[in-house]
Amino acid sequence: MSRATVVAVAAAVAIVGARAGLAASGSGTVVLVTHDSFAISKSTKAAFEKQSGLKLRTLQSGDAGAALNRALLTAGKPEGDVFFGVDNNLLSRALAGKVFDKYTPAALGQVDGYYDLDRSHHLVPIDHGDICLVYDRAWFTKHAMRPPYTFEDLLQPGYAKLTVVENPATSTPGLAFMLATVAHFGRGAAPWTYWRKLRRDVLVTNGWEEAYNAQFSGSSSHKGKRPIVVSYASDPAAEVYFAGKPLAQAPVAVVRNTCFGQVELAGVLRGARNPDGARKLVDFLLSKRFQTGIPLTMFVYPVRDKTPLPAVFKRFALPMSSPLRLSPATIGANRDAWIRKWTDTVLR
Amino acid sequence: MLLKHKATETAACIALVGVPAAFLGLFFVYPLVAIFHRGLGSSFPTDVLTDPATLRVVWFTVWQALVSTALTLVAGLPLVWATARVAFRGRGLVRALVVVPFVLPTVVVATAFLALLPESMQRGVVPILLAHVFFNVAVVVRVVGGYWARLDPSLWDVAATLGASPSRRFRELTLPALRPALAAASALTFLFCFTSFGVIVILGGPHFATLEVDIYDLATQSFDLRAAAALSLLQLGAVAAIVAVSSSLEARAGARMPLAVEEVAARRPRGWERPALAAILDLAALGFGLPLAALVVRSFATPAGAGLGFYRALGHETTALLVEPWRAVEYSLVYATAATAIALTLGTLAAIALVQRRSGRWLDTVVMLPLGASAVMLGYGFVIAFDTSPLDFRDAVWIIPVVQALVAAPFVVRILAPALRAIDPRLREAAAVLGASPARVRREIDVPLVLRPLGVAAGLAFAIALGEFGATVFLARSDRPTLPVAIFRFLERPGATNQGTAAALCVVLMAVTVLAVGVADRLTSRRIGL
Repeated sequence: MSRATVVAVAAAVAIVGARAGLAASGSGTVVLVTHDSFAISKSTKAAFEKQSGLKLRTLQSGDAGAALNRALLTAGKPEGDVFFGVDNNLLSRALAGKVFDKYTPAALGQVDGYYDLDRSHHLVPIDHGDICLVYDRAWFTKHAMRPPYTFEDLLQPGYAKLTVVENPATSTPGLAFMLATVAHFGRGAAPWTYWRKLRRDVLVTNGWEEAYNAQFSGSSSHKGKRPIVVSYASDPAAEVYFAGKPLAQAPVAVVRNTCFGQVELAGVLRGARNPDGARKLVDFLLSKRFQTGIPLTMFVYPVRDKTPLPAVFKRFALPMSSPLRLSPATIGANRDAWIRKWTDTVLR
Repeated sequence: MLLKHKATETAACIALVGVPAAFLGLFFVYPLVAIFHRGLGSSFPTDVLTDPATLRVVWFTVWQALVSTALTLVAGLPLVWATARVAFRGRGLVRALVVVPFVLPTVVVATAFLALLPESMQRGVVPILLAHVFFNVAVVVRVVGGYWARLDPSLWDVAATLGASPSRRFRELTLPALRPALAAASALTFLFCFTSFGVIVILGGPHFATLEVDIYDLATQSFDLRAAAALSLLQLGAVAAIVAVSSSLEARAGARMPLAVEEVAARRPRGWERPALAAILDLAALGFGLPLAALVVRSFATPAGAGLGFYRALGHETTALLVEPWRAVEYSLVYATAATAIALTLGTLAAIALVQRRSGRWLDTVVMLPLGASAVMLGYGFVIAFDTSPLDFRDAVWIIPVVQALVAAPFVVRILAPALRAIDPRLREAAAVLGASPARVRREIDVPLVLRPLGVAAGLAFAIALGEFGATVFLARSDRPTLPVAIFRFLERPGATNQGTAAALCVVLMAVTVLAVGVADRLTSRRIGL
């Protein structure tokens, strides 16, 4: 390589680096740190940018756990200004890590106190959704069987080897479903007695993708063998919306008694470069505009009162009125012990 | 005169050893030290390392990697022979196609395996080993094939004339001659299997874990950074030991059989070679073609019947990505091109240092280490190490090709080092005696001799950069996804169109790979057979 080439390459690298640095540090930008499931439409993003005069940049860093861990590692020197995606299972961990600054957006008045899990308002609720048992309607029709109605149904003779669950140690839906059984059966030995009876009948996967796309028979891609899976309450709407053709009925349905409620929260990162912009962004996440877009981009429900739901949700996936739940403090105090208990009961 | 010589020598040493060492020091050692320091503090994690659970994971990690490597060699060698030694129609295409599995996201391949394997075989060691073979045959075919194609066949002819049977020729001529390339390919395959993640998670289920899987779970799900750091230190130590052993084996095997400048023209199959070739190609088509064909079929199987719907969707806004999916092709190409340039520069310097200088030996081990490092720990290391000016690189775009180059550079070294060793020193001496200046010797002897291996290395490095997922997903900005990142985002969402779009993106990734590898082959070989 000639010296001229070396100099040219070095200069190019320096310029690109400097530009990247400038773009990030300008006060005209606000950076949203979040997980892989976050989504926003172009028009909604443009609406925020126009209204605030700020450029919105999004940094997605893995699943909810991986993303929060990254925020914990960089606490005080964050990679962005706002973090979105702490759920009730991770809330106690996020608060203990001193990752967030307090901020109470005015729009919080429009949100049911039921979702306001952090009364100190380091984190405020943005959306909610449920994890439930989901089944393949066609399978049950074809086999002339009644679809499951409760947790206990899975122990009935005809239901052996029909269910796929995710490992709570490695998967958020798996963790939520384990918590659902604790919420349903109570805090004593009962949930573990249930799991001990169930262990032979369920297939355990490490992640949702394999469970839903490869092992579950009701998903639209690969045809798995098992007609019951732990997944999201919005799946019927998602399957219709993404079917690629009009459907009169959703191919999957939800076992409503098994749903565990999840709330996702957002907060201003401590040490944000653009704290003003950060507060504007949190306001926007609770605005009518963003809340209305939540169902069809992230397939969860808005927390703001009176936000209209899209037709496909009204028809196929109305929100649960009272899903099972546990307080974030209870989850925080017991989560690791329960995961160990589950692993010993189901996998050993 | 002597002084001047010394100055040039020092300058050469700085370039050959200093540049790669500085690069690895800044972008590999420093972030890892930062995250280990954060995770471990000052206490040594004896408890984690002596935990029986840790020992079980180490044992599984080691033996599955050893068996996978052996199986990959066995499965790969016939294909190496066919593509390096035998002339047949479509040979160039087969050589390029073989690389395809290597760039596909592991989650895609593992899911394809689930769909193809009978239910009783879906979980456990067998599918893990099969998937490892599927991924890594590319390494064997490219690394060993490039070498074999340039061995002078007249020796084999002589042996045959003297009455040596084909099996004896293979045992006593082929294997010893190929030993340096075999050692290199084995080391690379072993490291890939040693740090296997996606294949283990899906095909192993919750009952199997490699160190890499445990480290990921500890770091991102249990938030136990101390144990994660301890295990990744253990993983790195093991990798360093393995690399040291294998590169000394490779150096000792050190090619005493001179290589031709160009590929020796392959000849048409004759006698028993004909059915052998047919059998090998049929088996390869079955083993490799079937999972890939399933993917291609799925990409056209829209809910409204066969059509281009999923490909048309690549140009439209989607909820799975912040940009139109086709933009991922552009970002992937830009990143992979930059990463290939960096990896070739680094790898070439390191390979020359390794072959020519004593001080290059330790560099060899360090260059290989990124292949054996946990992607998630390196990612976290970047995030905390590069957060303060002047080392505030967290938002820099070029950090992605830099990370991809860390993973690709070992391949460049492993391909170039045996080729450099095989340059007959008498060629250089003869040229010098005939009055050629050192620069002319380099230009007219060394450069042509390494051009072909450089092309092989460039193709493989490009493919690795294209397919790199673990670290890229960590650092890629949401508005600039690469193809594997985009595929992953679609797979994470339910519904026919999301799954179909993921399949279409996989096919695009496959096509880009075949094209890139084919072009690299064409550019660097003047005689590629048919």
